Amino acid sequence: MTPETPKQNIHEYLAELDDIPGTRIYTAARARKGYWINQFAMSLMKAENRARFKADERAYLDEWNISEAAKQALLARDYNTLLDLGGNVYFLSKLFSSDGLPFAEAVSTMTDMTWPEYRQMMLDGGRSPQGNRSIKGGY
Amino acid sequence: MARITAGVGSSHVPLLGVAVDQGKWQDDYFGPIFKGYEWTREWEAREKPDVVILVYNDHASAFDANIIPTFAIGCGEHYKSADEGWGPRPVPDVEGHADLAWHIAQSLILDDFDMTIINEMDVDHGLTVPLSMMFGQPEKWPCKVVPLAVNVVTYPVPSGNRCWALGEAIKRAVESFPEDLNVQIWGTGGMSHQLQGPRAGLLNREWDNKFLDMLEADNDDLRWIPHIEYLRETGSEGIEMVMWLIMRGALGTKVNRLNRHYHIPCSNTAIGHIVLVPD
Repeated sequence: MTPETPKQNIHEYLAELDDIPGTRIYTAARARKGYWINQFAMSLMKAENRARFKADERAYLDEWNISEAAKQALLARDYNTLLDLGGNVYFLSKLFSSDGLPFAEAVSTMTDMTWPEYRQMMLDGGRSPQGNRSIKGGY
Repeated sequence: MARITAGVGSSHVPLLGVAVDQGKWQDDYFGPIFKGYEWTREWEAREKPDVVILVYNDHASAFDANIIPTFAIGCGEHYKSADEGWGPRPVPDVEGHADLAWHIAQSLILDDFDMTIINEMDVDHGLTVPLSMMFGQPEKWPCKVVPLAVNVVTYPVPSGNRCWALGEAIKRAVESFPEDLNVQIWGTGGMSHQLQGPRAGLLNREWDNKFLDMLEADNDDLRWIPHIEYLRETGSEGIEMVMWLIMRGALGTKVNRLNRHYHIPCSNTAIGHIVLVPD
């Protein structure tokens, strides 16, 4: 028999997910908001779509049910804004690779570091969890 | 009777696939990582599993934002390498074991796990990178694979307890398959990493090693670690480690550890792998 475990309350569960500094957990609310951003990104898995997107990014984006703010963020490759608008990094990574950008370099654009600084931080052991675990708790 | 003879936990960082495909695996950056897998590659060559149940997550390749199965099992005859935006990895097609997969799927459903069945899909780096790490670059993969895809992207993802219990049910299912098969189960993903937002690049050597210690232990304490702990301690993508619990749950209470390796960094990620056998 498995021991009884208290089942989590969804509201408390979701509140905790919002208590992590510099992080947007991909909750159902974000997934709903960013649905077409992510579906657009997914379409770039097909070579013919990548070619059409590269030929005229704006025209390709206009085929999708995406807000103007999200289109601007996509054109600018402003990934933090895209996370706020419900984008998810695994979907957005189709745009990284369409741009020919290594995953880690694209990720570094979401931090306050340059790509060489970010790469050096990773070689030095990565970002410490110290002080980065909780907004409310500050630990 | 089929039996689960071993469990492997391993990271599945896409850059490792690039290193293999472009022949960079001996350079200064990748050398120490691949050296860590050397023992395991030799061990796999000796073990010759008939089938690997490969627990992984799809990274927006086979599944888009439309359909989000919590647990999905591949019951097809074969799977192709997915085009993740660079063109497909140049690796052999993955051969399924439809008889065993359907047997597991049916058994799990009777055992109260509401599985999604997949007949056709492409498999991405989450599945093909572990194969490359364990088997190198053969012309044909040396075993059949039952893909088991877990949602670890859209929240809530399954709890550690649910993953462990699924592993226990997979063990029962495999052991009721009449054919004599040497089956391994691999849990992949992790270890600590965060690929998004200003906190990207978080790694946690201490926590990852505590997790590896707990995998080796003769208890199931790991199943009670809540999602928030993975997220705070190991980064938003560190949650992938819940998939290792499916592997561990399928090995029974007591295990022996044959190999363990940990290395920082590979791209954004802490690399770890462990080889366990049921006692």
